Formats: sequence, structure tokens, C-alpha cells
Amino acid sequence: MNSIQETWVYLNASPLFHLTLTMVAFQAATWLFERGGRNPLLNPVLGAVIVIVLVLFATNTDYATYFEGAQFVHFLLGPATVSLAIPLYRQWDRVRGSAFAIGASLLTGSLVAILTTVGTAWLFGGSETLLASIAPKSATAPVAMAISEDLGGLPSLTAVLVIVSGIFGAMFGPLLLNLIGVKDWGARGLAVGTASHGIGTARALQVNETAGAFSGLAMGLNAIATALLVPILWGLFF
Amino acid sequence: MVGYFTLILVCQLIGELVVGTFGISIPGPVVGMLVLFSLLLMRGKIPKGLSKTADGLLQAMSLLFVPAGAGVMMHFKLLGEALLPLSAALIVSTSMTIIVTALMMRWLNRAGTDE
Repeated sequence: MNSIQETWVYLNASPLFHLTLTMVAFQAATWLFERGGRNPLLNPVLGAVIVIVLVLFATNTDYATYFEGAQFVHFLLGPATVSLAIPLYRQWDRVRGSAFAIGASLLTGSLVAILTTVGTAWLFGGSETLLASIAPKSATAPVAMAISEDLGGLPSLTAVLVIVSGIFGAMFGPLLLNLIGVKDWGARGLAVGTASHGIGTARALQVNETAGAFSGLAMGLNAIATALLVPILWGLFF
Repeated sequence: MVGYFTLILVCQLIGELVVGTFGISIPGPVVGMLVLFSLLLMRGKIPKGLSKTADGLLQAMSLLFVPAGAGVMMHFKLLGEALLPLSAALIVSTSMTIIVTALMMRWLNRAGTDE
């Protein structure tokens, strides 16, 4: 028989532990979110990330080791993104009916996202590397990382900034939309998806199917718009 | 269920192949979504099993961002050094983007229906 400590050392290095940690942390954060009346400020992604980072620091585990277990969850992001075709198809009549409004709003939103990000970071004294890393932050992570690398930014920093802006949008988006009095689910979803890609979409899907479909569509379209616009705008200023 | 999950994976794989072959800077899964969407348009309805499989994945979508989110731990030093420009940019830009996009959409939709 092994001592419990030996078994623990073994388990801590196996993918099972960090996979389970991810699930348990998310369950706990979701429980808190439900208990708090689904208040967007109790965002479960943020809650789970805080718990996990604390555990990893406490057990002196690096991110690469953690990711060996967590990659099984991470992998499903791809199939989930493909699955956004289903809510989009269900809402297709609505989407087609306001195709021009969607395209124009998305393009405006994408421009605002890029210009205000770079402008604000520049005003507050951000370095050029920093500006390049944050410029594509409203696009979904793989796109944003590729753009950041092309401009001389740090792709792994970009990934973090993408996620943080996703969480921020999911937390405060509903509040801002209530403040300006936009009640239409399509417009709400489109706005959150443009600014906060998949994390905003995940949140929108929990609230309303129309919002989820518009948000998923905005995420896909903004990936394309950002990939086209950022290099052009960057060339104008730098 | 297994069959429809396979279909989703095949769509993603096609997406990755297209993106890789043509060097497009759009993620493979986004192209995969368009592939699946085109199949649905051709079929004219969503098979029941596909609805179930997709809805299952989408309900869990928040969870799927957690592993990438924990990557924040690698950048605490850099984030700390540039806390002001980064947080200001994220807060201002994300809020402005949401507000402008939503107002633009409402305005254009109204302009469309008033005529």
C-alpha cells in the first residue's frame, strides 16, 4: 500500500486531477451564480478562474501541467463553435430580415473596438508591443493571437486580454444595455458578440436564444472584420 | 448523438483544412460553423439528434473558456506593470463597443421599419 501522500503526488501530476479541478471549480462558481439570482457580476468563468489560479499557486503547479488535464475541456471549444450554426439556423429568418443593419452595426462596432482600444492604451502610455497585443482583443482568441503576432505583439498576452474583455462584456454588457434602454434581443446579442466574442455568446445563450444566435453570428463576423481592419488601421498609424 | 457529434467534428475538420490550405486568418471552427450552417440550409431542417448534441455543447460553453482563462497566471507580472493602460483600454473599449453596436442596430432597424 502507498501512503496517501505518495498517491497524492502521483495524482497531482495526472491529467485527471486538473480536469476534475476545472469541473469542480466551475460547478462551485455556477452554484454561486445561481444562488446570486444569476447576477452577471458573479460571472462563473471569472469565479472558476480565480479558484483554479489559487489552487495552482497553492500547490506550486505551473500552467503547462494544469493544461495537460484541462485541455480536454479546452478542446471542446472547437465543436461548440461549430454548433453555433444551430441557433443561427433557427434564427435565420430574423437575421436575413435585418442583414443590412447587422452588417453596418457590426462594421461600426468592430471599428470602435479597435480604435478605442488602441487609443485608450496609447493615452495611458502603453508601449507599441502592448498596443499590438491589445488591438485585436474583441476578436475570438485564435484570430486575435494571429493578428497580434503579425503586428509584433505577444500572442499569449493577447489570449489573456481577449478572455478578460470577454468576461468584462459578459459581466457589464447587460447592465450597459439596460442603461441605454436597448431591449431588442437581436441588438443586445449582436452588441455583446461583437465586443465579447465567445464568452459573451455563452452568456447570451443562457439568457435568450435570439440573443445567443445574434451573438454567435457577431462573433464569427467580427473575427473576419478584425482580421481585415486591424492590419489596415495599424498601417495608417504606425 | 455519437453520429451528430461526429458530424460536428467533420465540419470542424473541413474548416481547419480550408483555413490551413488557403492561409485564411479566420479560425477553423468558425469556417466549420459556416459548413454546418450550409448543410442545414440544404437540408431545410435541423435533425432532432443534432439539436440535442449542439444544445448540450452550447449550454456548457462558458465552462470551455475556463482553461484558457487560467492562463492569466502566466502574465501577472506583465499585467501588473501595465495595469493602467490595459485595464483602461479594456473597460473603455468593451463598453463603447457594446453601446455603439447596440444603438446602431436599434437605429437601423427603426429606420427600416418606419418606411
